[in-house]
Amino acid sequence: MSQSYNRGLIEDFSRWREFEAGMWAWIFHKFTGWVLIGYLFTHIAVLSTGIPAAGASEAVLMAGEDVYTQTIVSLEGLLLVRILEVGLLAVAVFHMLNGARLLLVDLGVGLDAQDKSFYASLILTGAITVASVPTFIGGAF
Amino acid sequence: MAERYSSFQSGGRMWLLQRVTAAFLLVVLAFHFFLLHFVHHADEVSFLASSARMETLSYYSLMILFLVTATFHGVNGVYNALVNQGLTGTKRTVIKWTLVAASAVLVFQGIRTANAWAGGFPLL
Repeated sequence: MSQSYNRGLIEDFSRWREFEAGMWAWIFHKFTGWVLIGYLFTHIAVLSTGIPAAGASEAVLMAGEDVYTQTIVSLEGLLLVRILEVGLLAVAVFHMLNGARLLLVDLGVGLDAQDKSFYASLILTGAITVASVPTFIGGAF
Repeated sequence: MAERYSSFQSGGRMWLLQRVTAAFLLVVLAFHFFLLHFVHHADEVSFLASSARMETLSYYSLMILFLVTATFHGVNGVYNALVNQGLTGTKRTVIKWTLVAASAVLVFQGIRTANAWAGGFPLL
């Protein structure tokens, strides 16, 4: 038989000390989602430098002196950008792993272990992020 | 019967689309990161390399579908988050159509960029 629980307003963040695994998963999923959609708009804006670059001559493109190549190369030359990219990877990996967890729960798989799968998402995100640091930072120095 | 505290309308078309795009994005976002950070490296980016990839119809189509699904999933997620926070009435309508317009601009600009790299719509 189903029961009714008065849990209060779940959007009341001032109650964070009472939060359990599922609530932290919900908050992290929202936060990483906001970061990712914000990044998508920024990403397309930066990639749009490909539009004026397409009008450059063959020689300029071959030399990599077009506005697109120069924009990306100068951004990737900044250590701060490389560090932000590692942060973006962490955010994306968490959103993907926790999203997979949510899809499974929606399909009725693993609801009993939803707290454990949240901790597993966090640990796996940390491991993948740390393992990717050499690749993401490579060539920045 | 237990009360529902969620403001989501479960079982709706948007609910399903959010999950279908999630499943697609799981695979394609992983592929995108892997291809552009591990197979090719960030400091090796050039217009000609991006162009060579985008001239292939399969890659071009995948990236356009990636753009459309990511935009839908992200913007619909933002809208759901705002509705969950208690967005209602005229504000809700205004924000909804602002998000729709922002999505249209993003997709339009993304397609323009893909076409610039591909030199038009790739036929082969």
